[in-house]
Amino acid sequence: MTSLKQADLAATVADTHTREFLVFSLGSEEYAIDILKAQEIRSYENVTRIANTPDFIKGVTNLRGVIVPIVDLRIKFHLERVEYGGQTVVIVVNVEGRVVGVVVDGVSDVISLSPEQIKPAPEFSLSLSSDYLSGLASIGERMLVLVDIDKLLTSEEMALVEKTVA
Amino acid sequence: MDITDFYDTFFEEAAELLEDMERHLLELDIDAPDPEQLNAIFRAAHSIKGGAGTFGFDVLQRTTHIFENILDHLRRGELKLRRDIVDTFLETKDMLQDQLAAYRNGSEPDPEAFARICQTLQQMALEELGKPGPEVAAPAPVAAPAPPAEPEPEAAQAPAGEGTGGLRVTLLGVAEKDRELLIEELKHFGSILGQNGDVRRYEVELATGESADDIEAVLCFVVEPEQLEIQALAAAPEAPPQAAVGVPKSEAVAPSPPVGEKKAQAAPAPAPAVSPAQPAPAARAPAGNNGESTSLRVPVAKVDQIINLVGELVITQSMLDQMLGRLDGAMHSELVNGIALLQRNARDLQEAVMSIRMVPMDFVFSRFPRQVHDLAAKLGKEVELVTVGKSTELDKSLVERIVDPLNHLVRNSLDHGIEPPDVREAAGKPRSGRLTLSAQHQGGNILIDVIDDGAGLNRDKLLAKARSNGLAVSDGMSDDEVWQLIFAPGFSTAEVVSDVSGRGVGMDVVKRNIQSLGGHVQILSRQGQGTTTRIVLPLTLAILDGMSIRAGEEIFILPLNAVIESLQPRSEDIYAMAGTDQLLKVRDEYLSLLPLHQVFGIPGARTRPSECIAVIVQGEGSRCALLVDELVGQQQVVVKNLETNYRKVPGVSAATILGDGSVSLILDIADLQRLNRRQSAARQERAAVTEQEPMPS
Repeated sequence: MTSLKQADLAATVADTHTREFLVFSLGSEEYAIDILKAQEIRSYENVTRIANTPDFIKGVTNLRGVIVPIVDLRIKFHLERVEYGGQTVVIVVNVEGRVVGVVVDGVSDVISLSPEQIKPAPEFSLSLSSDYLSGLASIGERMLVLVDIDKLLTSEEMALVEKTVA
Repeated sequence: MDITDFYDTFFEEAAELLEDMERHLLELDIDAPDPEQLNAIFRAAHSIKGGAGTFGFDVLQRTTHIFENILDHLRRGELKLRRDIVDTFLETKDMLQDQLAAYRNGSEPDPEAFARICQTLQQMALEELGKPGPEVAAPAPVAAPAPPAEPEPEAAQAPAGEGTGGLRVTLLGVAEKDRELLIEELKHFGSILGQNGDVRRYEVELATGESADDIEAVLCFVVEPEQLEIQALAAAPEAPPQAAVGVPKSEAVAPSPPVGEKKAQAAPAPAPAVSPAQPAPAARAPAGNNGESTSLRVPVAKVDQIINLVGELVITQSMLDQMLGRLDGAMHSELVNGIALLQRNARDLQEAVMSIRMVPMDFVFSRFPRQVHDLAAKLGKEVELVTVGKSTELDKSLVERIVDPLNHLVRNSLDHGIEPPDVREAAGKPRSGRLTLSAQHQGGNILIDVIDDGAGLNRDKLLAKARSNGLAVSDGMSDDEVWQLIFAPGFSTAEVVSDVSGRGVGMDVVKRNIQSLGGHVQILSRQGQGTTTRIVLPLTLAILDGMSIRAGEEIFILPLNAVIESLQPRSEDIYAMAGTDQLLKVRDEYLSLLPLHQVFGIPGARTRPSECIAVIVQGEGSRCALLVDELVGQQQVVVKNLETNYRKVPGVSAATILGDGSVSLILDIADLQRLNRRQSAARQERAAVTEQEPMPS
């Protein structure tokens, strides 16, 4: 078993096109982001609300002395059930030099995907434009939505970053 | 706080500037020099000159002044760059470095080297420019005769001193303070011909009729006899006397001349193995250590990291404290004591770490009285300096970087702003001009004002000058736009270029420096009444005295300097105005109500004004009554930027971290007022719409 894992790892290193993804769940759906974007995973706590912001921006929190905004993707993606429980975690991601926390229902896996496993995403619903997706991947029965977290979090509709007035 | 505290800062800054200068000089393309680089070299020389002037380092100031003149010609293309010119410039730069080192060790720089470099530079200016420009010629006679005058009397009088009983008093390992005392003492015996050296070895040449024994007897009240060497001035100035006296400490002194060397070889000296070449650097090294400052330059990022970590430590500690509260104190008394100790240490540590970064503005302001005094005298003006807000604390890194810009602004105000006494009198103003330096926190910014009651800016003159400089201007420009013209590179309306200002380099530097700090410069000017230059800097990490308030379940921080008073409003003091707005009457004054819960949409907050606490706050001039649920307390908070990872939030200037680790927002009163106005305007619009088309009920 161990040797198999090592072989996997060796293959990953050898094939530079293979990327690792962090898999997380939003409700019953599974999403994944490039693992290099993720800085750490923490529990959801102590968020200070900010007035007059869209509801998916939960507020800001203190990450070792740094003020970090927290975004709830479940609200952003209009999921039906948004609950904060023991499983609810915050993935702290690094996007264009900024640190942002993303609330998800749970982190399940880290997987390697080769380019062939990644299929282009079809045109999607309004709540998640395909601009913010880098593709879809299927692992057996599961379908993963690969999110381009850079584009998503810096997009105008997320209202996280102040765009210079054009 | 006295001015010597800033010597080290100046030395460090100047050393950095010289390094920059050298780098630019070396990078210069001889055939097609980059104007930006020439400007950079010029600015470096200019900044050093400014600092040297402030601290009274005369030789350094004069050298940089001449240097700057030539650079100015070069910059304007009146002088063609050649390899040998660059070499001369590099030599000048080395020279400046030597002068700096000399001042750092508390001695005067070598006057001969100074005379030589001045002459070289002036020669170059004469040859290259054909006819000497007035500015080049002007400093020459001032500077040139002076330096030779210094060494010559020394050389000439030394033999003369010999006749009248000249003595060389050498002080070994005498602290600077004692040395000054001793020199004062020596002046009673005769006249000082020359003095130099450092803490280890300081030589004073004295023309006196007294005998060496008498002098020794007097000086021994202050120092130990073995710290003192006294010889007649007759012999060759260096070593033989030392070898003869044979003070115990003398092995630290370099036996450089051949006489001493022979002696060392002949006699079984304590350290015969040491080659004669080595003692010299060895003797110099400790001198260098003595001159070195005891401060440590650390990247700000490292300090920030420590501050963040200590913040975490304090939070962890308070968590432990809360857990401890659930335990039985009697059973765990040792743990209770341990935690209490930890708490004290953590608080102390936090305070100490905070204080690393924060310095009062006094640190900056206290350099100016001397400068203003000297400059005013030089310019024949009468100026009274007023400083306001000295205790305003500011991040150390900001303090270091606003000194130069402030320097320039003060010089400008004195030179161009405040008029000569006669002109002022004729204009019906007091003869003495007033220059005010003030600092205050406002919202998320610190405002530093340089205010003079001088002539103000002349709009027509600025426009005319801009046109002649080829800038695109029109008569229809607003005053603000016209004032901004003075920040253009090379722009100066002064008729005479002096070494105070008027080269048009100052304001350029000011703007660049402030912008690099993320701030901006505003100018308010009224002709005949004066000019206010305001530097607005963001508070990246300033400590704020805050009042924490509660609305609903949320805690906010109000900057304490915005708070005037708080009171419980009575319902009969509340008046409605124009339907939606409400006013509060406070002692014959009507203030508009700013319900925080409404502006921020806070659930669960008290909504009836008479149940709330009204905090009377001041924002950008206008007061209002902020309605909150409760005043929680007063505390110092560390201002954390919200925009690092997020964005500007309306009504909020920054955030901070409370003792329990949660984030609290710092309110920006002026912005909050604007936000409230926008919201009530929107509400009224909606109300108007609903009135016209009644909603089906």
